[in-house]
Amino acid sequence: MPFRLDPHSRIQSPVHRLPAAVKLAAGLAILVATVSTPKAFAPVACVLLAAAVLSRIPPLFLLKRLVLLEPLALGVAILALFQPHGGRIFALIVVKATLCLLTVILLSNTTPFAELLRVFRRARMPALLVTTLALMYRYLFVLIEESERMRRARACRTFAEGRSRAWKSLAVVVGRLFVRSTERAERIHAAMCARGWK
Amino acid sequence: MHIPDGFLDGKTMGATAALSVGGLALALRQLRRNLPRRRVPLMGLAAAFVFAAQILNFPIAGGTSGHLLGSVLIAVLLGPGAAVLVLTAVLIVQCLVFADGGLLALGANIFNMGIVGGVGGYAIYRCVQRLVPGPRGVVMGAAFAAWCSAAIAAVLVAGELAISGTAQWAIVFPAMVNVHLLIGLGEAAITVLVIVAIQRTRPELIDPAAPASGALSNRQIIGYGMLISLGLALFVSPFACTWPDGLEKVAGKLGFAHRALTSPAPMAAYKLPWISSAPLGTSLAGAVGTILVFILAFVVARVVTPRTATDSR
Repeated sequence: MPFRLDPHSRIQSPVHRLPAAVKLAAGLAILVATVSTPKAFAPVACVLLAAAVLSRIPPLFLLKRLVLLEPLALGVAILALFQPHGGRIFALIVVKATLCLLTVILLSNTTPFAELLRVFRRARMPALLVTTLALMYRYLFVLIEESERMRRARACRTFAEGRSRAWKSLAVVVGRLFVRSTERAERIHAAMCARGWK
Repeated sequence: MHIPDGFLDGKTMGATAALSVGGLALALRQLRRNLPRRRVPLMGLAAAFVFAAQILNFPIAGGTSGHLLGSVLIAVLLGPGAAVLVLTAVLIVQCLVFADGGLLALGANIFNMGIVGGVGGYAIYRCVQRLVPGPRGVVMGAAFAAWCSAAIAAVLVAGELAISGTAQWAIVFPAMVNVHLLIGLGEAAITVLVIVAIQRTRPELIDPAAPASGALSNRQIIGYGMLISLGLALFVSPFACTWPDGLEKVAGKLGFAHRALTSPAPMAAYKLPWISSAPLGTSLAGAVGTILVFILAFVVARVVTPRTATDSR
């Protein structure tokens, strides 16, 4: 099965049909509102809930993503407990972080990355950065599959391995992956030139 | 080390965003001049490589595992300017596609990991490499720089969180830094192993004599140096010297309505005895650790550098 990070970004729904620029601007506005005042929590939650329902993304998927990413936020938020009125700050931060996470998860799963790139290009983001982002996104899945193949090949040939051997052979996989990436980049450059890239 | 949204306040987000836009602009200007056209696709592939490499888990004790962060590895392989571009791309995709790291906190994340981790790490790597010539210097420099970049980034994250009033410096500094002193050891080990693996198969990719995409010019050294020291001055120095000042600032930032009810003096007295020693202890441990890791990096470099590469120099 091919590796997908945003599997629902291409389904059909009213939210998906909105222009990417609008969604990006709305997402940013929601984030700023959430971060700046606790008064925004209730309206933001309503808007996000409506967007989630309209977008026809399976709720279980959203929940899974949220559960996957929440610990990262909680780990830092726990540090906020150790101060006067820590409980209140902790609760505030957790609500804020959760709303923000949901916003970005919804944004990334209703907007294909290619459309966001088009917005960036129109917003005059430097061309080199846009090209890098586009190539990165295009070859991300290729390289992940390539590394997975190398890892599997190694696992097939190794019966039992200690931790230090595992580190060494994993490092060889990573090193090899870099060498293959540079070689692939050369082939891509040739292909781009052949198609008239200046 | 990715800061999620909701942890930083407006002025911290603004300042870090300005710093990272400045750093990125410097990097892009250098690349526009020095990067050969045929290496443009490599930037995207290198970014995809960092992302793919971060998915591979290195087993640590007790079922836990760690992964590569990659800022110093990429800086050693491609040079500082390319490292800033590549790491920025990685962080943008992680944020916008996977929601890992906040969108508003993107500036802070790019500054901590891309600019300080990449360029700062590269500067440390070059200094060590100048002291110890040859492939051995590459390994030793990379190991030391990888550890340092993790530690410095952790200090910056702690400062940014404390200045935003999210957590107290006395708590967040020891917690972040102590954890990342250990993570740095893992990062250094992985970076060294990967660099040795590349040295064995394709030594020309890591040529200590001719660093990729050119050494930094004086102007860039001043530019990056100013950005990084500005970041440290903004987010770390308020806490580093006069700590009660920092506390007051943090408390003031929080804007507690009830804070006026409790007079500041007893609170300071109740906090100070055990808290003031924690940052000091962490700083001391950090200083001792830096020396130890430097020696360790030297020993590791002696042991793991491929013999053929050493002979050929």
